[in-house]
Amino acid sequence: MRETSAPHPNPLSAARGEGAPSRFGEFWRAYAQNRGAVAGLLIVGALIALAIGADVIAPHPPHEQYREFTLAPPVWHAGGSLRFILGTDPVGRDILSRLIHGTRLSLLIGAISVAISLTLGAVLGLVAGYFRGLVDTAIMRMMDVMLALPSLLLAIAVVAILGPGLVNAMYAIAIVLLPHYVRLTRAAVLAEAPREYVTSSRIAGAGALRLMFATILPNCAAPLIVQATLGFSNAILDAAALGFLGLGAQPPTPEWGSMLASALEFIQRAPWVVTFPGLAILVTVLAFNLMGDGLRDALDPKLRRSTA
Amino acid sequence: MLGFILRRLALIVPTFIGVTLLAFALIHLIPGDPVENISGERGMDPARRARLLHEFGLDRPLAVQYASYVGQVLHGDLGSSLTTHDSVAHEFATLFPATVELATFALLFAVLVGVPAGVLAAVKRNTFADYAVMGVSLTGYSMPIFWWALLLILFFSVQLGWTPVSGRIAVEYDIPAVTGFMLVDTLRAGDMAAFRSAVSHLILPTIALGTIPLAVIARMTRSAMLEVLREDYVRAARARGLPRWRVIVVHALRNASIPVITVVGLQVGLLLSGAILTETIFSWPGVGNWLIHGVQSRDYPVVQGGILLIAALVISVNLVVDLLYGVANPRIRHA
Amino acid sequence: MNELVVIEDLHVDFGTRARPLPAVEGLDLSIGEGEIVGLVGESGSGKSVTALALMNLVDFPGRVRVRRMSFAGRDLARIPDRERRALAGRDIAMIFQDPLGSLDPCYTVGYQLGEAIGLHGHADERVSAAARRERALALLREVEIADPAARLSAFPHQLSGGMAQRVMIAIAIAGRPRLLIADEPTTALDVTVQAQVLALLMRLRRERGMALLLITHDLAVVAETADRVVVMYAGQVMETGAVPTIFDAPLHPYTQALLDALPEHNLDRARLRTIAGVVPGAHDRPSGCLLAPRCAFAVDRCVAERPGIGAFGDATVRCHFPLGAR
Repeated sequence: MRETSAPHPNPLSAARGEGAPSRFGEFWRAYAQNRGAVAGLLIVGALIALAIGADVIAPHPPHEQYREFTLAPPVWHAGGSLRFILGTDPVGRDILSRLIHGTRLSLLIGAISVAISLTLGAVLGLVAGYFRGLVDTAIMRMMDVMLALPSLLLAIAVVAILGPGLVNAMYAIAIVLLPHYVRLTRAAVLAEAPREYVTSSRIAGAGALRLMFATILPNCAAPLIVQATLGFSNAILDAAALGFLGLGAQPPTPEWGSMLASALEFIQRAPWVVTFPGLAILVTVLAFNLMGDGLRDALDPKLRRSTA
Repeated sequence: MLGFILRRLALIVPTFIGVTLLAFALIHLIPGDPVENISGERGMDPARRARLLHEFGLDRPLAVQYASYVGQVLHGDLGSSLTTHDSVAHEFATLFPATVELATFALLFAVLVGVPAGVLAAVKRNTFADYAVMGVSLTGYSMPIFWWALLLILFFSVQLGWTPVSGRIAVEYDIPAVTGFMLVDTLRAGDMAAFRSAVSHLILPTIALGTIPLAVIARMTRSAMLEVLREDYVRAARARGLPRWRVIVVHALRNASIPVITVVGLQVGLLLSGAILTETIFSWPGVGNWLIHGVQSRDYPVVQGGILLIAALVISVNLVVDLLYGVANPRIRHA
Repeated sequence: MNELVVIEDLHVDFGTRARPLPAVEGLDLSIGEGEIVGLVGESGSGKSVTALALMNLVDFPGRVRVRRMSFAGRDLARIPDRERRALAGRDIAMIFQDPLGSLDPCYTVGYQLGEAIGLHGHADERVSAAARRERALALLREVEIADPAARLSAFPHQLSGGMAQRVMIAIAIAGRPRLLIADEPTTALDVTVQAQVLALLMRLRRERGMALLLITHDLAVVAETADRVVVMYAGQVMETGAVPTIFDAPLHPYTQALLDALPEHNLDRARLRTIAGVVPGAHDRPSGCLLAPRCAFAVDRCVAERPGIGAFGDATVRCHFPLGAR
């Protein structure tokens, strides 16, 4: 065969111009394909704004009791007024204001619980996956025990020990979430540790700490971020459950779960006391779940669920 | 197969030990004086306190206390409730069937609705049916279960009057508890009106408790089916001319059921968490309700015993699920 | 020769309507009764998709358009779906490249074989479990599996690749098909087993008068077994012709290049001859001849104008300047 003519220039390389698109740009494009995920992000953004500006946005102070207006119905019912758009609770507090302030609480609970749990979990997972042996076994057995208990049960046990209250509820939730992060990090470490870039770092003289935190951890970040987002929703649901059982936030704190605590007796007379706090929880958790799903699909193509 | 079973059994022993440690440690971690916590008496005079201290064995080294605790547990002695003075083990045994009945029906509901929904969503991918199923299930597990229960009560009991608000059976029926399962006992007693009452009381709690597992199972089934439907053997089955339903049910679903069974098993833990909340709302006389009252009234023997027993239960169920997984997936069996 | 299968102007597109990705473009194919046709091409040439289109297994987002796709005189594109499904497994059977992956891992060989027999077997074979078992054993013996009774209760993961492929063939012939499509049947197998499986296919075809569409990238396989060869490139048919003529005197430069790349034809060289360049991807399909970017003989006309199919006696070729015509 004679020499072939010079190969045609690859038309694709001409179009690319400056250089490969930034990693964040790629990530954002993948994320934005999922409309639900974008909606989740927007809702979370709105919630954060609500939480930050709660003092200004809420029409009434959350603890203020209007004795003449107990169990006032929402504005669209007969007897409702624009003064209390979503009605009032059994002691006359404005539900809308309490919900808005509750946003701040719920987001804080989620953020702090997840932060504590994630940090501790990542460290434990790194240690277990890196050092293996007895340390690994000990840590993982402890995690197995914690996972053997249903999450609410474990949270209740912790609260039983520490006593009821919002802060203790946060610790309890952090403990409940812990095994998931430990397992996740450990699995990622086990997958990454034998890889060449780790070995070459070690040969170059990197110590254990540096290897664990600077070399391996950044490569495990993606699944951890996804789990953190989904952990937010679990944290909010668990906090609400504890609040509902009277073991979490205590009255008069406007936490959404505790707002539902005494709702059963008013379910016939004043259903709005029941509906709105739960709706707030639902919307928030839904938003975080949508975000978490979107993050997972965008960050790890292997895990990408079959949409579109 | 036997080797597989024995291997799995061996794995759970350390977990059991860990759980007993946790339950044991609970009493000592709770703030306050352990003697007061265990006996329920406050402000005792020193002599009585010293005597009780010795009686409860709290003056011995911790390791010995733990050993003796484990010994007691293995004999079925979990102490007595501070409020009812009834044996914790006995109370648990009496109330447990109610929780099992509720959890079983909730799980059945979740599987019988969730699996077909997931299959439908997978087979009709990216159509309205798919989006509907996924949307509903996403909402389902984003809801706080106690709120959902309240909404159900609001709608079906208060507005429509179709179902009762609480309890296991209408107050006027007094059925001897032979098995502890109300549906079985009413049938044994031959009281059809009581049976119908028991059924109607079961409906809302089942739906409330089963919704989250349903959502999770539907999602898992859908994604497992989508994976399986892409597999070579599904294409080969279609190439053989097998009718569509056979390809979906006999071949695809059977293979997809493997991850689904794992998920179903994981739901048990979730069900027990949810049962605690559901029983509270519906005043369902099960162990969840019992445990919460124990925590709220600082009835520590109940809390300790309840946690131990429920944890043991979850571990056992996970073991059964593991074994079922071995049955479903021949490759694991021979590994 | 009776034409068992006639395909005229087959197009299979993936992608969206706005931007279609053609996998098969303007394909004509015919298979005679009892004939062995080799469908040859690189991966991505569209040969497997052609078979899937014939079997009605092209799923969304693939779209199939064809002027005529007839089997034993019936136009498959025009008959109702139900009737078309009835043909699969019975009149047309297909075996795939990965035999272990093509068997359901949760069911035994006996079960899956029994399924096919129960669906496509003769009435006396279907009538009872015992009858199905008898037929299953007979089929396994026919595909030269030793100790068939033991194999019936085996799970797929307990079989070797070669044995699994024989089981696939047994399942395929359970319905006594008139056409067997074999998509890369030996690619995933060891070399020694390859020859055995091919010999088996030849023997079955001889004994049953079954037509065989052998899809492969391996010219050597085709040279030994096929009656006629169809050469595909980037979704189009480049050349068809009878064996051994097409190998002795190929008409299309691509066919020639494929032959040149065979190790047997490179014994005097230090390095194998290759075909420079890559198969056109989805977005850079030439508007002229698809091979032009890589063809040693390409001239302006080739780049500008896409050649149509022309006949040369029994053979056909898609080239402005076929080799034999020089």
